Amino acid sequence: MNAKPVVEIKNLKKSFGNQEVLTDVSLNLYEGENLVVLGKSGSGKSVLIKCIVGLLRADAGSVKVFENDVTALNRKNLGLLRQKIGFLFQSGALYDSMTVKQNLEFPLRRIKKDLSEKERDAKINEVLENVGLADALHKMPSQLSGGMRKRISLARTIVVDPMVMLYDEPTTGLDPVTSDEISSLITEVQKKYKTSSIIITHDIKCAHHTANRMIMLSKGEVYMEGKPKDFENSTDPLIRSFFM
Amino acid sequence: MKKFNPVAKVKGFATTQSVRLSEKTMAKTVMANNFLTDIADVFLFIIQIIRETFSRDFEWKEFFRQCFQIGYKSLPLISITGTIMGLVLTIQSRPVLINFGAVTLLPGMVAISLIREMAPVITALICAGKIGSGMGAELGSMRVTEQIDAMEVSSTNPMRFLVVTRVMAAILMVPLLILYADALGILGSWAGASIKGDVSFVLFFSQAFAPVKFMDFFPAFIKSFFFGAVIGLVGCYKGYNAGRGTESVGVAANSAVVLASLLVIVVDMIAVQITDMML
Ligand SMILES: Nc1ncnc2c1ncn2[C@@H]1O[C@H](COP(=O)(O)OP(=O)(O)O)[C@@H](O)[C@H]1O
Ligand SMILES: [Mg+2]
Repeated sequence: MNAKPVVEIKNLKKSFGNQEVLTDVSLNLYEGENLVVLGKSGSGKSVLIKCIVGLLRADAGSVKVFENDVTALNRKNLGLLRQKIGFLFQSGALYDSMTVKQNLEFPLRRIKKDLSEKERDAKINEVLENVGLADALHKMPSQLSGGMRKRISLARTIVVDPMVMLYDEPTTGLDPVTSDEISSLITEVQKKYKTSSIIITHDIKCAHHTANRMIMLSKGEVYMEGKPKDFENSTDPLIRSFFM
Repeated sequence: MKKFNPVAKVKGFATTQSVRLSEKTMAKTVMANNFLTDIADVFLFIIQIIRETFSRDFEWKEFFRQCFQIGYKSLPLISITGTIMGLVLTIQSRPVLINFGAVTLLPGMVAISLIREMAPVITALICAGKIGSGMGAELGSMRVTEQIDAMEVSSTNPMRFLVVTRVMAAILMVPLLILYADALGILGSWAGASIKGDVSFVLFFSQAFAPVKFMDFFPAFIKSFFFGAVIGLVGCYKGYNAGRGTESVGVAANSAVVLASLLVIVVDMIAVQITDMML
């Protein structure tokens, strides 16, 4: 794989006060691949992908997306770059005061400005079908179950056709059946829209299902990197504890 | 069996005390630091709002939605309080004026005190409670559940979409609510006067408005825009900068009400001083 990386992180460092969360993280995401990032909770996985979209500012090191240095971009250019990135929040982050339809329209209106209303509705229907929730169009987020909310927020993320997807624990807190469905959705999105994705998880089943390559994060550093097979066959106690 | 060792006991006590003390000073330094950075924060917040207000893509739709939320949804509350304010003021001051044989001055006196002070301040305080807490809680929960971050990554400026629209709506709607409270207060005053004796509606109103001069009305009208600004700014600032974790939502809503009410009173005092100097 000698393609140019879509996301390129070098020696990333981030701390809050005197708590060092990421000490030295370097990783690359290549075009079309699914990269799974493992790590126990509190190891800074969410912080890592928030640095990629510029929600958090790195203390040191560089974060490049499509060869743009995220830390150096001004607000306008960062906005343009973010249009190419989809971010699925750990909590879903659906807009409480809006219906499902309005939730999906929100990014569409702002990122795909030239769509007509008809095209917009068609697009919304298409992604809702993809996540299997076409009948939830006029529901409020509070009327949805946890799994449904996750799926709607996935729909909201993919509705604008991002080229890079960042999934923050897409299956955490869901039942095994829904987890499997979400994992399948992730691979489907990868195939259908040709996206490159970083998938954060500590759900080994989801990791197996989706990963082309894996990274383990521990103590603010990349602890191990390799193919899913390497992880399975590893004798390292920390890795083993994840695969039990 | 462990032996009692007084030296170790005293030593241990001294260490814990000194650790506690140093923790306390640490906390204080952090607090002082916070106070100064807070002021800088507020200042930057306001500058950012002003800049975003005059940017090209003003979020009109959200602005009108907020005007509806803030203005229309507060009407019942303001109707009741406004009317009762006029009614009570009339019933309370009537006996005093009768003692002076000046009961014909009652409508004018009530109208002036309503317009100059009572309606603006009481309405603003009620709005600080209703609107300020509403903004603090809504934006606070949006912050905590990462909805504000979600807006940011769908390349929407949440400052422009959420904050500017709310602050502008408050600046526009609070003065309108105050005018409305003025009107209903005088109506309530008429009702209060009618309870005690038959008062002609037309006569009452002509008596009420006869002594009201432009300079009774105008400074009060101007200051009501500042009340709106204070309520909107405080509510949005507290909500937008809520901490992490669900308890921050309650903290944001609560401190928004407290600070907004306090600032309404302070702004009122400043406004009265300025008006007094100009007259
Ligand atoms: N905005 C923030 N302010 C302060 N501390 C934070 C912030 N975001 C994350 N942290 C801290 O960073 C650590 C890693 O958090 P996170 O990346 O969310 O972990 P996880 O790997 O479970 O996603 C946690 O200890 C958390 O408290
Ligand atoms: Mg996380």
